[in-house]
Amino acid sequence: MRLVVDLNRCQGFAQCVFLAPDVFSLHGEEALLFSPRFDEAQQDRVEKAAAACPVQAILVDYSDEPTKRVEPHVG
Amino acid sequence: MSADTDVQLLRRQGRIVVVGASLAGLRAAETLREQGFTGSLTMIGDEPYEPYDRPPLSKQALLGRAQPEDTALPRRRDIDAEWRLGVAAESLDRDAKQVRLTNGDTVPYDRLLITTGTRARPWFHPEEAALDGVFVLRTRDDSARLRRKLTGGVSRVLVIGAGFTGSEVASACRELGLEVTVAERGPAPLVGALGGVIGAVADRLQRKHGVDLRCGVSVTALEGDDVGRLRRAHLSDGSALDVEVAVVSLGAMRNTEWLAGSGVAAGPRGVACDAGCRVFDVNGIVTDDIYAAGDVARSPHPLFDYQFLALEHWGNAVEQAEIAAHNMICAGPDRRPHLWLPMFWSSQFGVNIKSVGVPSLGDQLVVAQGALAAERFVAVYGYRGRVIAAASFDGAKWLGFYEQQIASGAPFPPEYRTVDRRTETLHPIDPAFPDPHLPTHGATVTLTGHSPSGRRVSFIPSHA
Amino acid sequence: MTSGTLSAQITDYANRADPYPLYAELRKQPVRREDDGTFLVSTYYEVRNLANDPRLSNDTSNRPPGYGRPGQPPPESGLPPSFIFTDPPVHDRLRETITRPFGPPHSPRFLDGLRGELAKVVTELLDAFEGRDEVDIVEDFAYPLPVTAICKVLGVPREDEPRFHGWADALASGVDPQAGGGSGQEKAQRARQDLGAYLTDLIETKRRHPGPGILSALAPEMTPADLEATAVLLLVAGHETTVNAITNTTLTLLRHPDILDRFLKDPDLAVPLIEEVLRYESPVQFVPWTTALDDIDVAGTTIPKGSPVWLMLAAANRDPKRFKNPDRFDPDRKDNEHLGMYTGIHYCFGAPLARIELHLAVPELFRRVKFSRLLQDPPPYRANAVLRGPRHLPVAIEGLTA
Repeated sequence: MRLVVDLNRCQGFAQCVFLAPDVFSLHGEEALLFSPRFDEAQQDRVEKAAAACPVQAILVDYSDEPTKRVEPHVG
Repeated sequence: MSADTDVQLLRRQGRIVVVGASLAGLRAAETLREQGFTGSLTMIGDEPYEPYDRPPLSKQALLGRAQPEDTALPRRRDIDAEWRLGVAAESLDRDAKQVRLTNGDTVPYDRLLITTGTRARPWFHPEEAALDGVFVLRTRDDSARLRRKLTGGVSRVLVIGAGFTGSEVASACRELGLEVTVAERGPAPLVGALGGVIGAVADRLQRKHGVDLRCGVSVTALEGDDVGRLRRAHLSDGSALDVEVAVVSLGAMRNTEWLAGSGVAAGPRGVACDAGCRVFDVNGIVTDDIYAAGDVARSPHPLFDYQFLALEHWGNAVEQAEIAAHNMICAGPDRRPHLWLPMFWSSQFGVNIKSVGVPSLGDQLVVAQGALAAERFVAVYGYRGRVIAAASFDGAKWLGFYEQQIASGAPFPPEYRTVDRRTETLHPIDPAFPDPHLPTHGATVTLTGHSPSGRRVSFIPSHA
Repeated sequence: MTSGTLSAQITDYANRADPYPLYAELRKQPVRREDDGTFLVSTYYEVRNLANDPRLSNDTSNRPPGYGRPGQPPPESGLPPSFIFTDPPVHDRLRETITRPFGPPHSPRFLDGLRGELAKVVTELLDAFEGRDEVDIVEDFAYPLPVTAICKVLGVPREDEPRFHGWADALASGVDPQAGGGSGQEKAQRARQDLGAYLTDLIETKRRHPGPGILSALAPEMTPADLEATAVLLLVAGHETTVNAITNTTLTLLRHPDILDRFLKDPDLAVPLIEEVLRYESPVQFVPWTTALDDIDVAGTTIPKGSPVWLMLAAANRDPKRFKNPDRFDPDRKDNEHLGMYTGIHYCFGAPLARIELHLAVPELFRRVKFSRLLQDPPPYRANAVLRGPRHLPVAIEGLTA
């Protein structure tokens, strides 16, 4: 499961840090750091964090399907 | 057959090829499917990885709070694409409407989207660049390699160039407890992007956090030992520095070489496209089947006298990709313009730095809220009497207001009273940007003149 | 203020149960000047922009003489205003200090660490429903939980909790513009004094014998007066807002049986559902304590310097220009960027605590209690127009699961 925060939108309200402190953290008073990948144990908290974001800046993808790829030809 | 029928056919069974499996490429692909495109979609990427997020690579990844390989971007939806990863595009044949790959394959298209982005500018001396211990930081692999090195018992790191990436690397190194020297050709860090006045704040910030910052010097040579490991750096002031790691942070180069000879307007400054993301050819004629988005694109912006604006911004990649995708599969009247206001962020030394607009165009600056000395403020940039940009240090919540001021062409300096105004009246000062004729690696927004053609591009200095 | 003005109608108790038609009327003129020179702003984008506008102050002493100055203690009291009634840089310094023991960056796990204790409180409160066929959701559930929560956050001894009930109620009515003057204001003043005396003692005790809770951590960091003002604010806000959020959620679900059915089958619906309640029935209906520091042009109207400005959050949250079918309660709503907790630098300080309480309380309430029906709809409301919510929510219940 993966996530990304649109840090242009993010204004450092830090609601996600309160609700999922293992996935999100503040660096200083305002800069947000996040773990782009999280496991099932965190799913519930991440979901709450994403819903609570006052500027709706958190995009979460609960699926984890591998990319269907075409191997390049050799030679 | 009318154009509308063509569009319907295209949406149903067209072939769309995206070159550049990047943030922009992915968001474009999602938008295409979101808007009902059911034809074939091919994603070509030179790296062997699905699209991933780059900003963490110079921040949490270096700190070990995230793994570089965990940065794959979340998907907004299934895109049902054919992925050609680990193979780069080599050339474009507009007559045959196909992309040739480095492995000899050709991929035909009805619509092509160019999202090849940028790469790190390498150290100018190839042999020195190849020394063990010399790094650039752009890709997942770069970040993983650098992290391994930084945690492998090094004593001193040299960062060459104090733009945003270089400053973030220096910040991470200090947090990891490493000694860091930063060598910056300009008078202060971030000077190309934010000017010397704000650069002075960044300067203080670096020194306060124990960075050995040396401005006004360049690195002239990197010296290796007999087994090819970096051991010393020579600086333009005649000094030398014993280092095991050098991180070359001299900005980015646009990945346009593969388009040489194709007849599209592509060059070192990027791929020129119109406000609808349609790529120009070298004669300044707009194509209708080739689009560009993200860091590689440059397009005219009404807020900046319709100069072509090149942006290395995350948000621009997303927005421009969505517009390009939309425009690719609809008829003329339904197309939308890309009018994104440049927006940027960086976090370093525990401070959140954000900007909106084009600071480097500014001819004047005021500190509208807060104080430079407190390292918490909003600085507003003016250009010929109107608000053109704003930059904040730990003041992100105010930027939306200044964004609207920029968009509405509000007068500069701002005359109104606000909260946290530290002086009775605002005294505009020179933001102290370096001479625009000199190359800079710090800017993430570049105005690249009015000519779409890469062959005739003339640089318009931002300070007339 | 003449009785015909919309602000008077909004604060009129007769409209408490359903103020939304008034808000719709208000939105017809996004920026509306009342006869006394107060401006009411009611549409989403205008409210959001103003809440983020540095020309708008939360320090009501910027108002010209003659206007109410909510949040500003009388000069003779010598007390400082609490941080929500200040502007930067004072505001930022106070809020950051108070955040130190409360949240990130220094204490990101403080609230998270209270989950276990709060879950136990929820269980105890619901256990007490055993054998009853009628309960008052406010008195029996939605009120006691936030009281305990805020007391734990501050470090107030549990046995002192009952005394806070009356004080908090009286103080909350102090921010209600309707209470301006009358006996409400007087009661608020007296409550403030009694509470102040209690807190002075408590803070002094905490200073000498630090214990759990943020007062102990803050005692060495702040002046006693600032800390007291902070404690009063957090106490009132902690009491009077979360109770409304929990009660409103219960009321709204019981009014929407189709969604309640879905929720019972799919407890994961709680997360979007709670956010939707914050939009649909905003616990703080409007913010009547801002002031224009300069002339501000909004939506074609100029708000002159010095004007009191009311930001109508609950009206903005029902703005059809921002939310499709805004009067529909729809937990599936995408893009629910509501203003239920405000926005900008004064974004609700207690929002994460409120959400933690809601996430604990709401799913458990509906998992364990089999509801039969609302006994009174609409229920009786509190007097307060700003912190609007039912005073009682009597419901008939059919049983309790373990």
